[in-house]
Amino acid sequence: MAQQTINTISPNELLAYALRLKNANYRLVAISSSNVENGIEMSYSFDSGNDFVNLRIIARPGDEIESISSIYSYSFLYENEIKELFGVNITGISPDYKDKLYRISVKTPFNAKEGDNNG
Amino acid sequence: MGKETVIPFGPQHPVLPEPIHLDLVLEDETVVEAIPSIGYIHRGLEKLVEKKDYQQYTYVAERICGICSFMHGMGYCMSIESIMGVQVPERAEFLRTIWAELSRIHSHMLWLGLLADALGFESLFMHSWRLREQILDIFEETTGGRVIFSVCDIGGVRRDIDSETLKKITSILDGFEKEYSEITKVFLNDSSVILRTQGLGVLSKQAAFELGAVGPMARASGIDIDMRKSGYAAYGKLKIEPILETAGDCYARTSVRIREVFQSIDLIRQCIAMIPEGEIKVKVSGNPNGEYFTRLEQPRGEVLYYVKANGTKFLDRVRVRTPTFANIPALLETLKGCQLADVPVLILTIDPCISCTER
Amino acid sequence: MSFFTMTKTLIKSIFHGPYTVQYPLEKKGSFPASRGRIEINIEDCIFCGLCARRCPSNAINVVKAESLWSINRLRCIQCSYCSEVCPKKCLKMNNIYTAPSFENVEDEYRNARVSDNKENNRNIAGAC
Repeated sequence: MAQQTINTISPNELLAYALRLKNANYRLVAISSSNVENGIEMSYSFDSGNDFVNLRIIARPGDEIESISSIYSYSFLYENEIKELFGVNITGISPDYKDKLYRISVKTPFNAKEGDNNG
Repeated sequence: MGKETVIPFGPQHPVLPEPIHLDLVLEDETVVEAIPSIGYIHRGLEKLVEKKDYQQYTYVAERICGICSFMHGMGYCMSIESIMGVQVPERAEFLRTIWAELSRIHSHMLWLGLLADALGFESLFMHSWRLREQILDIFEETTGGRVIFSVCDIGGVRRDIDSETLKKITSILDGFEKEYSEITKVFLNDSSVILRTQGLGVLSKQAAFELGAVGPMARASGIDIDMRKSGYAAYGKLKIEPILETAGDCYARTSVRIREVFQSIDLIRQCIAMIPEGEIKVKVSGNPNGEYFTRLEQPRGEVLYYVKANGTKFLDRVRVRTPTFANIPALLETLKGCQLADVPVLILTIDPCISCTER
Repeated sequence: MSFFTMTKTLIKSIFHGPYTVQYPLEKKGSFPASRGRIEINIEDCIFCGLCARRCPSNAINVVKAESLWSINRLRCIQCSYCSEVCPKKCLKMNNIYTAPSFENVEDEYRNARVSDNKENNRNIAGAC
């Protein structure tokens, strides 16, 4: 199995790391997330043509994750999506769709076990 | 400066039979802002991974979208193979590449037809789709399905193509190429097409990078990004050069896609010339444990597969970031400042696949 | 920029005639490899239920006690995964397309095995 770089960082270091990558001409590939024990694991993937880097943070219930849309403007779609499907409290997304991106009837369907304000 | 009006565009709209909704804020006839809302066909396929085991999910992954169906299956299988450390036989890698490139031709032909339709050029639309039919017949003959092939499996492919059929594919492609190059002249030279595409929706190289565009959208603006160069499947053994344009308008995007069809034909020829004999599948046993990010180049651009497994037969998470999702910010940018009448062509120009976007 | 670029193609297709198939009168044949519908050779079936468990769309239903094998034709997605996992190779994908239907069709097959087929009966115990 080929190894891929995954840096686990704490949520408040995220913006600093993202800015460093942006200055090194990295492009944001995707933000993925998955349920882990007591929280949501978010992976930010970046690519610079010959290098593929992932930043990983764990959003604990009640944590506020700051949006990186001030650095990577197109991250807003990913962040809105994660906010709606997983219920991660991401703040400062621009533009913030306020749970109106997806027309779904269930709140935070991918995190149904714990309800929407638990994480 | 006129009064601001909001026109709801979609979910039923004249571009393609897939639901996307845009609120277009207009000043007179000029779009000043576009606000998307999607999710009309959110099916929760990513969530389904908790109910279907990792082998069954191959068939679910293929059904994310009908056009890039094969590459969805392939991306998913490649992720699982990377996690489990499975070495796919070389012949299977080549067969996958052949099917993937045929899918690219069929997708681009579909797009060209839709473009002609959006421009109101009905006969061109019919002829593009007539040519596409030959590719669909190749699919049915080799895989059994016209749209969903169910041919990619974890550890290889499920059906082989014998040398007789490979020869037949080459001759079909020869005929296709001849007829296709006649049609491309209409797309690239005809005044009625040029007047509707040239200079429309210009996306500069800088803007395309800033907005994270992928695929033909980025390549038409001069960004050299093509995942096939990373050499997955058999692409590492083929000669491949990304097709770039610099203008960044609708015409450039059309031109990139048109030339990519010729490139795909060339890649298939290379594959058929080089394809080795041998096994097409290795047996896979056990359950995956680990996580992996796979990226490949779909007709619409780069797709990312994130698969996380926990050692049981049910996966923890499958996440698909499709190219249309990545291209929406670029689309919103190009819509600003265009005329209302050009909106259908502009939306089409990113080659939107809404069912991919919403999974 | 040029005009009438389409003319050559159009004239060609006038002489060629329609490229389409006049459907009800004329039918487009299927290829030997086409995926049509699942057929079962019920005499060989041991009702192990492997096909039903593996089917991604839960189209197959097997009741071992009643020796009953049934498939919901509209749920079947023609992936032929069942025919690959079948231990007795009694399932086969043929190339005849499923006919259009007005209602949900559940095709049922009951065991028609002759009573002295000891070998098959032994395999039931072995497979499950």
